[in-house]
Amino acid sequence: MLINEFLLLGAVLFCIGVYGVIARKNAVMVLMSIELILNSVNINLLAFSQLHHNLDGNVFALYIIAVAAAEVGVGLAMVLLIYRNRKSISLDELSEMKG
Amino acid sequence: MIAADPTLIGPSVNWFALSPLLVLLGAALVLLVVGALAPRWPRHLYALFAAATGLATMILCFFLWHDISAHGITTLVGGTLRFDDFSLFVTITISASIVLVAFVTDDYLRREDLEGPEVYALYLLAAIGGVVMGSANDLIVLFLGLEILSISMYVMAASHRKRIESQEAGIKYFILGGFSSAFFLYGIALVYGTAGSTNFTEIVSSFNTTVPAVRHDAFILAGVGMLLVGLGFKVAAVPFHFWAPDVYEGAPTPVTSFMASVGKVAAFAAMLRVLLFALPHWRDDYRPIIWVLAVLTVVVGSVMAVVQTNVKRMLAFSSISHAGFILIGVEAAAHRAGQPEGGDGASSALLYVLLYSVLVIGTFSVVAMVGRTGDSATDLASFRGLAKSHPLIASAMTVLLLAQAGVPLTSGFVAKFGVIQAAVEEHSYAIAIIAMVASVIAAFLYLRIMVSMWVSEPEAGDDAREAVRVPLWTGIALSLSVGFTLFVGFFPGWLIDAAKAATVTRPTRP
Repeated sequence: MLINEFLLLGAVLFCIGVYGVIARKNAVMVLMSIELILNSVNINLLAFSQLHHNLDGNVFALYIIAVAAAEVGVGLAMVLLIYRNRKSISLDELSEMKG
Repeated sequence: MIAADPTLIGPSVNWFALSPLLVLLGAALVLLVVGALAPRWPRHLYALFAAATGLATMILCFFLWHDISAHGITTLVGGTLRFDDFSLFVTITISASIVLVAFVTDDYLRREDLEGPEVYALYLLAAIGGVVMGSANDLIVLFLGLEILSISMYVMAASHRKRIESQEAGIKYFILGGFSSAFFLYGIALVYGTAGSTNFTEIVSSFNTTVPAVRHDAFILAGVGMLLVGLGFKVAAVPFHFWAPDVYEGAPTPVTSFMASVGKVAAFAAMLRVLLFALPHWRDDYRPIIWVLAVLTVVVGSVMAVVQTNVKRMLAFSSISHAGFILIGVEAAAHRAGQPEGGDGASSALLYVLLYSVLVIGTFSVVAMVGRTGDSATDLASFRGLAKSHPLIASAMTVLLLAQAGVPLTSGFVAKFGVIQAAVEEHSYAIAIIAMVASVIAAFLYLRIMVSMWVSEPEAGDDAREAVRVPLWTGIALSLSVGFTLFVGFFPGWLIDAAKAATVTRPTRP
């Protein structure tokens, strides 16, 4: 089976995600970009799983989905906490500490 | 693809070998349930409970150590966890850190008037993640351990509800941590794609048969690189360090000491596991990367530490430079990855993280006391005149700072000597010399704090400030830390032997 297309899709999604984390200022957009990277990993894992005919990749993808959900829960809670205090979720304005 | 056999036979489980994890997990669940349902305990009971859990885990590890010496190493739960001296050494280090941090946290929470058992439950959960990372024999399990540890630490960093810096530290840590985990995962996916398995043993055996053909396979090299980027973030190696100063400064001080101890131990244990146990075939490819990371980390960490004015930031950069020293041990270990004669690199790195954990918790306990209510008096000026008002605390801090600088007759010297000796044994003279120069630069930073404590007069108006109080349990944690630092400084032999025993290749259990 040709898996190049899947790997290419994964790589493109990964690059978009990395760009989003670096370029976006809005905390929620950054969270979404991280999710995008995790999903690109999932695509890769599923493609490799097909290539090798074993289930490790499928199982791993399920774990990643669960962990990503937990992670984004914590992340959104923190964004909410910051929004309550500052009425803004722009990451640029987070600069209490300098050194 | 899936076996047609309808009966599912699970792997046999050696419960006794898993007991450290089970104790930590049970205690964390008890704390969570009690915190949610039961009437409040007196506050210090939570801390004592967490400390007792750490102690119990440590005692279990000593029994298990004996078991391994008698019967050899093995893998657990279907080959996903490795049960060897290495994982026990990591577990002991983590549980010792938990005991010390729990003592410091109790007084801190009371002074800051923060509630609850949650932070102790998070400590124990994070410890589970660290232990899993140290014992992982499978990339999936390693990743799960990493995420358990990281997610707990994100929450801990943001746990001081009244300090806006704490929330800022939490979100910064979260975003960069999630970013680095994603890189790490992409690396895992590429390694899986090349090797066809996530199990370390199977990865090694698959490369045993295919390495000559895929020597320059871009997939696996990219995978190794991405794994290193992810791990580099976790250990705060330059150039992936920029989160560390902000997070260390913003997080509540006991949590900072937890990150600098348990977080570093777990990350380095994971790094050694991945590099030495899963990817020994690629040692000539990743060793130069680690060399560069180590040199950059010691130099940049030391130089940047000197120009800071906030003690927490100084200690953050100093912890970056310590990470560089540990990387030197990792680099030495990488020379002999996959060989039966492992050399001293891995054991020196393990010993370093243990000694540094105790040191850094002691140092941050003093910072927590000097920080006063609000945890904000952490600039260098706040330490002025500490020797006059609290000579004992100032002396203890001086011992700890001297140890961090690597002065002989302290544990810090034993640690630094170990990694530099390991580097010299592998003929990495350049890295050894660079490390020694950097350690001289870093000594200047520790001297600055000492001068501020012993020589500088308090500024006018300092009298109006709240006095530094020395609570009982923080004092005990500090004394334990200083006592251990000096004891190991005078009698290092037994601990060096233990670290060496943790990295030798033992016979596998039949």
